[in-house]
Amino acid sequence: MTLTGRKKEKIDRLGELAGAPEESGQSLLREAFKRLRRNPAAIAGAIILGLFVLIALFGPFLVPHDPVEPIGVDNGEVRSGQGIIPGISGEHWLGYDHQGRDEFSRMIVGARQTLWVGVVATFFGLAVGSLVGGLAGASYGLGGKWGRRLDGFLMRTVDILLAMPSLLLAVSIVAILGRSLLSVMIAVGMVSVPVFARLLRGSMIAQSSSDYVLAATALGVKRNKIALSHLLPNSLAPVLVQATLTLATAIIEAAGLSFLGLGNPDSAAPEWGVMLADAQGFLDVRPGLAIYPAVGIIITALGFTLLGEAMREALDPKLRK
Amino acid sequence: MALLEVKDLSVVFARKGEREVRAVDGVSFDVDAGEVVGLVGESGCGKSVTSLAIMGLLPKRGVRVSGQATFDGMNLLQTDERTLRDIRGRDVAMIFQDPLSSLNPVVPIGLQVTEVLTRHRGMKGEAAKKEAAHLLERVGIPDPTRRLKEYPHQLSGGMRQRALIAMAVACAPRLLIADEPTTALDVTIQAQILELLKDLVRDSGTALLMITHDLGVVAGMCKSINVLYAGRRVESAPRRVLFAQRHHPYTVGLLGSIPRLDAPKGEKLRPITGSVRDVLPWAEGCAFAPRCFNRVDRCVDGPPELVWTAAQHGYRCVNPVMEAETAK
Repeated sequence: MTLTGRKKEKIDRLGELAGAPEESGQSLLREAFKRLRRNPAAIAGAIILGLFVLIALFGPFLVPHDPVEPIGVDNGEVRSGQGIIPGISGEHWLGYDHQGRDEFSRMIVGARQTLWVGVVATFFGLAVGSLVGGLAGASYGLGGKWGRRLDGFLMRTVDILLAMPSLLLAVSIVAILGRSLLSVMIAVGMVSVPVFARLLRGSMIAQSSSDYVLAATALGVKRNKIALSHLLPNSLAPVLVQATLTLATAIIEAAGLSFLGLGNPDSAAPEWGVMLADAQGFLDVRPGLAIYPAVGIIITALGFTLLGEAMREALDPKLRK
Repeated sequence: MALLEVKDLSVVFARKGEREVRAVDGVSFDVDAGEVVGLVGESGCGKSVTSLAIMGLLPKRGVRVSGQATFDGMNLLQTDERTLRDIRGRDVAMIFQDPLSSLNPVVPIGLQVTEVLTRHRGMKGEAAKKEAAHLLERVGIPDPTRRLKEYPHQLSGGMRQRALIAMAVACAPRLLIADEPTTALDVTIQAQILELLKDLVRDSGTALLMITHDLGVVAGMCKSINVLYAGRRVESAPRRVLFAQRHHPYTVGLLGSIPRLDAPKGEKLRPITGSVRDVLPWAEGCAFAPRCFNRVDRCVDGPPELVWTAAQHGYRCVNPVMEAETAK
């Protein structure tokens, strides 16, 4: 059965190749997208992330209980001092947390902040890193002596960032900027700046010795134009892949900062990292309180990683048929 | 005065801790306005480096360029980068060997053509698109408005080279340098591209410096031909003179290694023995001597000088082939 199914698919594809006229204006990105759709790992990653985004967007309107109201303490069900925290029940699907709040509602609402921090932090890192790396790569590849000096200066600065342990760097940035959600985002983003910068720089330098750059130079095209319309689009693919992978680590790092007590100062606001940190005092009573947010973080990171790896494969010119 | 006068052009690649390589060694030649001049030699003889040096496209580090390349009274080798960028594409344009890698793979053809128009002719938007379509049509690309939206990988090899030629002639340059424009193409397409170049040159009065390893390519179109070997010009003559009589054994060998339809039946091709690596440093004698069929002891006494005959025929050889028959 599976064999005939596979055979049929093969025949269909042959038909596609032979008969279908090639669409005009089909870009490399669209081709990459086509390959992406055929990759089961990419589909799995996309489904996980789709669910995650949906929960983050609409979850807060659908939760059964208020995520910050200590319902369990108010009605006397939760007495954490005496180690009484009720678990899964029909009314409270994941039970209560140590302050008598509905754990399920907190998980759902927490998804939003987790996603928000991850996306903003990654975007920050991508923007700053690409700016630095792009400038360095373009000036090294196209500029003369001064270009190489600018590149040297920028990259040594990045090396200093890279030399610091990432968590230490993030902690010091939060310490300098003060505790706020924004400084968590900046701190987590800052950690990924060197990665993006080095990646884009390397890829731009590699591209700058290609024939089409020489051809464009021979036509008198200006250097900034070459950098923006020739080098950048050809160098961006690995950076974008890295961004999806960074999203996963950003979420984990943001959770780490929360765990260390450097997260959102509004400690009542549900966030998976904070929930994980809060659970550590009650591991012997209700280990579930640590397991739920941890599983949430792992699944989300897995989704981003699956999609990122699949994107890397789809965009890698060496793996093309 | 000639449009382009190259005089004593030398290019030395010098890297720290490595032996210097003299890729081009005192090459001189002229290109008159509207004229087609051929630069012929096998791989590694310095012909591409010559063209890159004229365009100022060699990397600055580790490369020493000396001599003169005077274009329209201006020595391109002494000109600053900013002025060069204005000249490139507008007054002097270049066509490269591999059309696929010379086009940006992620940018549609149209954008790459309009880019040149915007840069040098200040055209924008619809006007630039219209002119780009017109240019593609002029180089023989059918359905140009559709092709403008396509990406390089969707065009055939010949089509890509046509697109590159369109970009090169977009600003009606006075000099076009074609560096092996047909090497990456198959034979029928080669003929088409050569025909196209010939037409463009004839219609627009553009001078063409044709760089190739194939004497057959230049045979049909060049007014004069320069043969390079190991970085030096070994023979130079107007086309008719050269094809009637070749003095330098290297040129004789280049032509002898090409199959001819009018050759007597059963005649074998005579390849040049050895490879371009078997060179003697020019300072010690003729660099071609190790591979030469006409070698005599005098060949390695010292560097041979370029000798000129009355018919503007120059050759760098102490024991030249004097009769066409002896070459047979």
